Amino acid sequence: MGSRASTLLREEEIEEIKKETGFSHSQITRLYSRFTSLDKGENGTLSREDFQRIPELAINPLGDRIINAFFPEGEDQVNFRGFMRTLAHFRPIEDNEKSKNAAVSEPLNSRTNKLLFAFQLYDLDRDDKISRDELLQVLRMMVGVNISDEQLGSIADRTIQEADTNGDNSISFNEFIKVLEKVDVEQKMSIRFLH
Amino acid sequence: MEDFWVFALWALKTWLCLLIGLIMVPAMFGFSLGISEAYMNILVKTLEWATLNIQKVTDERTLKPSASNGLIQREDGSMEKELEELRSTRPKPLVGGDFALSDCFYFTRKGIESIVEDEVTQRFTSEELVSWNLLTRTNNDFQYISLKLTLVYGIGIFVRYCILAPLRITLACIGLSWLVIGTSAVGLLPNWRMKFWLSEWVHVMCYRICARGLSATIRYHNRENKPQKGGICVANHTSPIDIVILCNDGCYAMVGQVHGGLIGVLQRAMVRSCPHVWFERAEMKDRHLVTKRLTDHVNDKEKLPILIFPEGTCVNNTSVMMFKKGSFEIGATIYPVAIKYDPNVGDAFWNSSKHSMVNYLLRMMTSWALVCNVWYLPVMHQQEGEDAVQFANRVKSAIARRGGLVDLQWDGGLKRSQPKVWFKEEQQKQYSSMVVGDDSSSHSD
Repeated sequence: MGSRASTLLREEEIEEIKKETGFSHSQITRLYSRFTSLDKGENGTLSREDFQRIPELAINPLGDRIINAFFPEGEDQVNFRGFMRTLAHFRPIEDNEKSKNAAVSEPLNSRTNKLLFAFQLYDLDRDDKISRDELLQVLRMMVGVNISDEQLGSIADRTIQEADTNGDNSISFNEFIKVLEKVDVEQKMSIRFLH
Repeated sequence: MEDFWVFALWALKTWLCLLIGLIMVPAMFGFSLGISEAYMNILVKTLEWATLNIQKVTDERTLKPSASNGLIQREDGSMEKELEELRSTRPKPLVGGDFALSDCFYFTRKGIESIVEDEVTQRFTSEELVSWNLLTRTNNDFQYISLKLTLVYGIGIFVRYCILAPLRITLACIGLSWLVIGTSAVGLLPNWRMKFWLSEWVHVMCYRICARGLSATIRYHNRENKPQKGGICVANHTSPIDIVILCNDGCYAMVGQVHGGLIGVLQRAMVRSCPHVWFERAEMKDRHLVTKRLTDHVNDKEKLPILIFPEGTCVNNTSVMMFKKGSFEIGATIYPVAIKYDPNVGDAFWNSSKHSMVNYLLRMMTSWALVCNVWYLPVMHQQEGEDAVQFANRVKSAIARRGGLVDLQWDGGLKRSQPKVWFKEEQQKQYSSMVVGDDSSSHSD
């Protein structure tokens, strides 16, 4: 557990990750500890199987989609930087960050980026649109065998109808943001860190 | 050259005599000369001094928060509550199902929380210490703190590997050989009452020698609740050493699979002097056979209490995982026992995927020592209207509470296997009922 691994993370790397993700020094070292404990192959990267070994994630209906979010297009391994970059989306938004000037590039845990994470959960082929098919597939993951195809289809149709404003029968990211504008994304898509 | 061998032989003889006189004889007869206590006192003071030193030097930045505190605070809301909150910003649709694009937020957050920190995978690796205990193996952040500390660390290595380890290995070998010889010898006697008394004495003696071989300090609490004949003793499982710990204070009948090799020799010897329950590999799969043999053993009031570890696998002594219901279906009296090791002095957990048994024993013998507390809990019986699973959970909670361990519903078998698909299906079912309500016409065939 942990062992010598934390010494493999150099101070410069910690600083870089801090700048990129906004996590604190102690959070980064503890998450590195967690990363290495999941890395059974001890090769500095995580594969999809490493994530599947977490029982609570394996029984999550959207488990596969969440795991997929960590892996860039076409890749099967994620290193610690990639791991942190994805987790950074779930950092809570602090008050002092809200007033940061716009010249600084948008932090990973902004409201827009949190919504983008959720959007990409639905957008299976990463073409920046949620089609009816994609919505159906994700719905099927969440409900299992308990709802008929017809009913699921009508739920998908209704959802797209409510969101679609430009008539292309799919949901773009902007349409997605509009539908969820009243939802407390900041709180619901954030994890409370204790330290 | 010859002088050297003469000297070496003399040194060996003296050493063995000292060993027998100062350690084995007291162990055999159950009294203590105070050497172990002195060693423990020095050890505890050294570790406290080391902790203070480390805390003085490390600054705020590198001070690890206690590992027993979580990294994150989980959201405890139920699926219903969370989804209601997410959906509260739009009116509920009148027909069709109630689905919102924000529903995925609930599952996403739960998934990410479990990636950052989950209750299960941490139980299959050794517990992380709050402060370094001067062992190389628990060194997380190598930092040069001070010359004195490094010196003590160096002395520690010398003492543990060159003085303590050979001593302990010798003791363990003597203990185990004595077990084999002693039990076989007792086995040759006819069945007088004397035989049972002798058998118990031989067993306890050998386990005491083995305990000295690990520098184990064991504190037994509530000995009035000690398991009696005709019952089943259940305990939480951390390592094979649990058997040595418990058998230092009484005799139990073991249950297990017949092995080959050294363990097989031990098993065959032990069964000559008093009945244990050993199964062939094929027999273990037959649940009825297993239950029947256990029931027969338990019903014979003359036989020793059976020792069972219902978790079925070793976990790291920070939690108690699901108890398999087999031993709780027999209807026997259950004597729960809680075992808690002190991780600062020596890590007792056997990580079987990382270390082989021999490797593990060597690691145990090169630790500082072993300190553990054993609590005998009051007797428990299966109550009216309670099934085996509920009974098992009740016993598990009692043990967890007493030992200060986390009570988990998860199966220890998750160390090696995936959770049952049933759990995911239950979540899907629950979510579906939130989408379509309990309308049965919506169910597909």
